Formats: sequence, structure tokens, C-alpha cells
Amino acid sequence: MRTRVVSFGVFVALALIFSYIEGLIPIRLGIPGAKLGLANLIVVIALYKVSWKETLLLAVVRVLLAGFMFGTLFSIIYSIAGGLFSLAVMMVLKRSGRFSVAGVSIAGGTAHNIGQMVVAMLVIESYSIIYYIPVLLAAGVLTGLVIGIAANEMLKRLVKINL
Amino acid sequence: MKKSDWILAGFILAAALAVFLLYSAGSEGDVRSLTIRIDDQVYGNYDLNEDQIIVINDTNTLEIKEGKAVMIHADCPDQLCVHQKAISKNRESIICLPNKVVVLVESSEDSELDAVSQ
Repeated sequence: MRTRVVSFGVFVALALIFSYIEGLIPIRLGIPGAKLGLANLIVVIALYKVSWKETLLLAVVRVLLAGFMFGTLFSIIYSIAGGLFSLAVMMVLKRSGRFSVAGVSIAGGTAHNIGQMVVAMLVIESYSIIYYIPVLLAAGVLTGLVIGIAANEMLKRLVKINL
Repeated sequence: MKKSDWILAGFILAAALAVFLLYSAGSEGDVRSLTIRIDDQVYGNYDLNEDQIIVINDTNTLEIKEGKAVMIHADCPDQLCVHQKAISKNRESIICLPNKVVVLVESSEDSELDAVSQ
């Protein structure tokens, strides 16, 4: 029990630090709103290392904490929607057993962008931004792939650590 | 990476392409109109899809051709508006300051990208 609390704390701390580091990196990919989603790397690793309940808690806690520290009310709403939808899709794909870490992460990155887009449509009460979806889908595949490869490499080296 | 990962990525990219093609096909029939204002008073609304030449108050002449509007004559000395590039996209404008003429493209489907930013 004690190690689980400790490991959860480490996961939250890592996710927060990655959110912070991401804010420092001036890469904007040329696409407004698109980010690498470094903190999602921790969520992907948690998905494979701890129970789904803890992963869910991690996803919510890190969005709330990072949002209050670095973001705005709107960014919290967008991130929560994207994060939860992304996590749900990743859990389903992981459970299906057909995809590797990269595939799960690609679906997660794409779902994250779709979730945010849906909230954006509800907020501004317009479907006109739907034309931006192709860009966000492609960006989701790209960032999901990068995060997935990184997570896969980290998971290979984390086999000895059982949480 | 497994084969199914690539299939998944390919499927998402195909969906993105499909939405893009659907959208670009749909935007052809987009109704855009041109509003001319003089000293903040609306002078007239014109259809941007209809080729025409508009004489504005004998001071300026605007030509609409193939969905684009360009100022072809102005009686002011600086001729800045005449040298501006043709406008066709939503919210693009040509402004002739000496004559207080503002030409603005307005789409029926207003772009709402700026509604919420950060």
C-alpha cells in the first residue's frame, strides 16, 4: 500500500513537471493549439504500470493541478475533456490486446484532440470550426506516435519495477 | 510496432483527408458578400460571385472579377488602395483613407476562430 501511494505521488509529480517543461519548449509545430503532450507520456506509462483507477485519478489530478498552476479555467475544461476521452479510448484499445503501445498512444493523441474540439464547439456554439479537424487528427497521429515510441522505450526499461 | 498500429494510424489519416475533402468541396458554394462603407455609413452590399464594376461616389472604382475584388481607380494622390492586392477571403479589406472608403469581404458563415482564444 505504501509503495502504491509513493508511486502515485511520483507519477503526479512527473506529469506536472512535464506539463511545466512543455510550456518552456518554444516549439509550436506551426499548428495553433497543437502540443506534443509530454504529460500524456506519463499517463501512457501509468496505463501499463498501475491499475486503471489510479490512471484515471492521475489523469484528472494532473489536469487540475497543471491547470491551476499554468493554465486558465478554459484550458482546464479543454484538457479535462481531451484527457478523459483520450484515456477512455486508450483503455479500450489496450484491453483489446491488438495494439502495441504506439498504437494505443496514437489513438489517445487523436482522441485528445477530438475531445477538445467537441468542447470548443459547445463553448462557442458553432460547428464552423469542424474544418480544423483534419489538421488536429493528423497532429494527433504524429504526437501520439512520438509519445508512444518514447513510452515504449521507457516501459522496456521499467520492467524490473513492479508497482 | 504491430501491423494493426499502422492500420489504425492510416485509418485516422484517411478520415482526416476525407473530412478535409468534404470541407473544401463544401466551401465552393460559400456565399460571400462585399460591403462598402463610406465614413462608417453603409454604401452598399454586393455579391462577390458576380463580376461587376462599382463606381463609388465618383471618387473610387472597384472591380469584382472571378470572386475577387480590386480597386482599379481612386482620385486620391497616394493610390495606396489601388496598389493593394485583390481581396476574396472573409474579413479581408481594402481601405482608401483619403476618401474614407472601406471595402470588406463578409462571409455568410462567419469565421469564429477568434471567439475564444486562451
